[in-house]
Amino acid sequence: MPTKIEKDAVSGRDTTGHEWDGIKELDTPLPKWWLYTFYACIGIAFVIFFLYPSIPYGPGYWHGVLGYSQRKMVDAEVAKLTAIRKVSLDKIGSLSFEQIKADPQLLEVAMTDGRITFAENCQPCHGAGGGGHIGYPALAAGSWLWGGTLDDIQQTVTHGIRSGDDDARNSAMPHFGADGLLKPAEIQQVADFVWSNFYGHKTEGQDTSAGAKIFAENCIACHGENGEGNRVVGAPRLNSHIHLYGDARETIVAQVTLPRQGVMPNWNHRLDPATIKAVTLYVHALGGGE
Amino acid sequence: MSRISKVESRLRTEQDAVQDHLYANRLRIYPKSVRGKVRTIKWAILIACLTIYYVLPWVRWYRGPNQPGQAVLLDLSTERFYFFGLELWPQDIWLLAGILIMAAVSLFLVTSLMGRVWCGYTCPQTVWTDLFMWIEREIEGDRNERMTRDAAPLNADTIWKKFLKHGIWLTIAFWTGGAWIMYFVDAPTVTVDFWIGDAATPVYVFTGLFTLTTYGLAGWAREQVCTYMCPWPRFQAAMLDDQSFTVTYQAWRGEPRARGKRVEGAPTAGDCVDCSLCVTVCPTGIDIRDGIQLECINCGLCMDACDHVMERTGQAKGLITWDTLARQAAKKLGKHEPIRFLRPRTLIYVSALTIAVIGLTTALLTRSTLGLSVLRDRAPLFVPLADGSLRNGYTLKIVNKSQTNGAFDLSISGLPDAKLAVAEGDPTPSSTVHVLGSSDEVKTFRLLVTARPAALTDGSQPVDFILRDTATGAQTVYHSVFMGPVGYSGGAH
Ligand code: SF4
Ligand code: SF4
Repeated sequence: MPTKIEKDAVSGRDTTGHEWDGIKELDTPLPKWWLYTFYACIGIAFVIFFLYPSIPYGPGYWHGVLGYSQRKMVDAEVAKLTAIRKVSLDKIGSLSFEQIKADPQLLEVAMTDGRITFAENCQPCHGAGGGGHIGYPALAAGSWLWGGTLDDIQQTVTHGIRSGDDDARNSAMPHFGADGLLKPAEIQQVADFVWSNFYGHKTEGQDTSAGAKIFAENCIACHGENGEGNRVVGAPRLNSHIHLYGDARETIVAQVTLPRQGVMPNWNHRLDPATIKAVTLYVHALGGGE
Repeated sequence: MSRISKVESRLRTEQDAVQDHLYANRLRIYPKSVRGKVRTIKWAILIACLTIYYVLPWVRWYRGPNQPGQAVLLDLSTERFYFFGLELWPQDIWLLAGILIMAAVSLFLVTSLMGRVWCGYTCPQTVWTDLFMWIEREIEGDRNERMTRDAAPLNADTIWKKFLKHGIWLTIAFWTGGAWIMYFVDAPTVTVDFWIGDAATPVYVFTGLFTLTTYGLAGWAREQVCTYMCPWPRFQAAMLDDQSFTVTYQAWRGEPRARGKRVEGAPTAGDCVDCSLCVTVCPTGIDIRDGIQLECINCGLCMDACDHVMERTGQAKGLITWDTLARQAAKKLGKHEPIRFLRPRTLIYVSALTIAVIGLTTALLTRSTLGLSVLRDRAPLFVPLADGSLRNGYTLKIVNKSQTNGAFDLSISGLPDAKLAVAEGDPTPSSTVHVLGSSDEVKTFRLLVTARPAALTDGSQPVDFILRDTATGAQTVYHSVFMGPVGYSGGAH
């Protein structure tokens, strides 16, 4: 309770009775228009309550007489954007890759669409930015199993690899160990050869001629004389610094004994052709495109 | 009792009545017109300010084909600010902040030297209020006539005059609101669009809003804005000291005030004849003889009023004048006190202002119209390739703030034999790539850098991206890093 209310000599007004370090405050009345402004604001608040969704009650809420709904607005916005997108997507679907690349604006739409599609569908296996994982090719590196031109990529994405689709890319490496085509010792020899000659882990004085002979008899049909691979049958390149299942010698042994056969889904049942084209352009631009 | 004194006594009663209440009625102020030196200066400044405000949006400035042709334009839709030959991007917003800081420090400086001259002469609230009061005076007559009219019952003449006054006020307010919009959109275009109903909704909304605020603030609220709404009077005391020039009533000379003729050799009466003319001309309705007060906007109109009185009574002019508290105190004692413009306070403001001006000018003059920023890919951090080399991906933004299309050479230093390729472009890598950057645009693209760094002991090494304008030779550098597996050395097994 302020107790030291006094009359200020200059203005003739009362003070509030509060004092801070000798500074006293005048009890100046608020102008009436200020008060009425407050009342007007309160009044306006009620008008807004009436017009817009406001008071919740039991099972629902007051919707307001204007029928304002942010959800409806979002739906309308989404519909509007979908219509705009459709124009570009139709164009992407009907034009050739060269035509799309010649139109910077359309290319930007395609790349954005491709990026989002990739993140939603491809990233779990191929990694963000196509960095790849063990068993899943690094798309950004350009060490393609089945080819890295735009058309190759489009074909692979559409129909998949060993996916069961009629036009899927299919190939099967023989089970050299499991089916008894090569003896365990022979498998070790061929692994030595591949590991030292193609993977680059040479040991001084090592004799790999036995393995070389086995390789020449069994493997060069698909993997090539110099281990360069063959894209027609999806045979991986062996004379490389990067390998689908890693750099260890044991992976060669395991693969020759009972090969893993990677599967990629055919995306034509899930993505429309235009979207597949967009994601193809994106994958092509990750760094490995040819 | 005359009409006027009746009104005055009613005002007095109102004033007394408010003392006991929580809320106060507004005291109506009927400022009397005044002529004089100060008034002339005030008119000149008013005309200059309003001319600049209304005319500036119509000044044209050629910037090239398909470029906005308005000298001053704050184009929010394309995020460009144009001031004659200067074009600012959102990235340059700190320049605008610097200009505002400069404005604030200038205001502090001026206030510490001359009190609230900003309030009295150039504040938009004062300028438009002054204009509106002039219109009111021209239509409804001067103070006495207006007071009589307001005290009398309504009649046809009053209704017509009030109608005319508000009509003109609203027209000016509308013009003011419209001119405001023209700083944000092309003036000739929006003028036409506005009337044929083609302008954007915000144009109508803001024109309406500023029409109402101008009409309300200059026509109705007036001194209430200065006294109750504006924060400036609240902290101006922090800039003032006893060496600041303010409009001052020289009490040592004027007191004791007394009405009537001054008789030679009768020293009892001071120079103030207590005519109250200084109060009646004051746009905030206060008595300057009470000393410096919150409501006083330092307009100096009371000086003009009093000078007339002094002239008529044959006394020296300048009973109300510009002076400092220190000099007044000295004069009272019959001493002389020099004018001190240079004091620690003003020197601090001046040096702050100098630093700001030098800083801003340097920044403006050395401001580059070419910019490069490089964002490294975060996933994958790097890509090992079949031949043992490494590839890193970067997203580059080339900012071309100039009005000409540019051709640029991009190269990298610190990474011998690095090969660059634009991801979506020509896949054959080379040591330099050519990029085109359209005028007034940011170009974004992904760049793939392939190299065999000799040693990546901790998995990364610094590299510099160098962007060179092939026409002007201007160059900008961005520091980044190239990454690979820890311990990588040239990709040999
Ligand atoms: S007291 Fe004088 S200077 Fe201050 S606002 Fe009134 S007329 Fe202007
Ligand atoms: S105008 Fe001058 S003489 Fe008249 S009351 Fe004011 S200070 Fe005194």
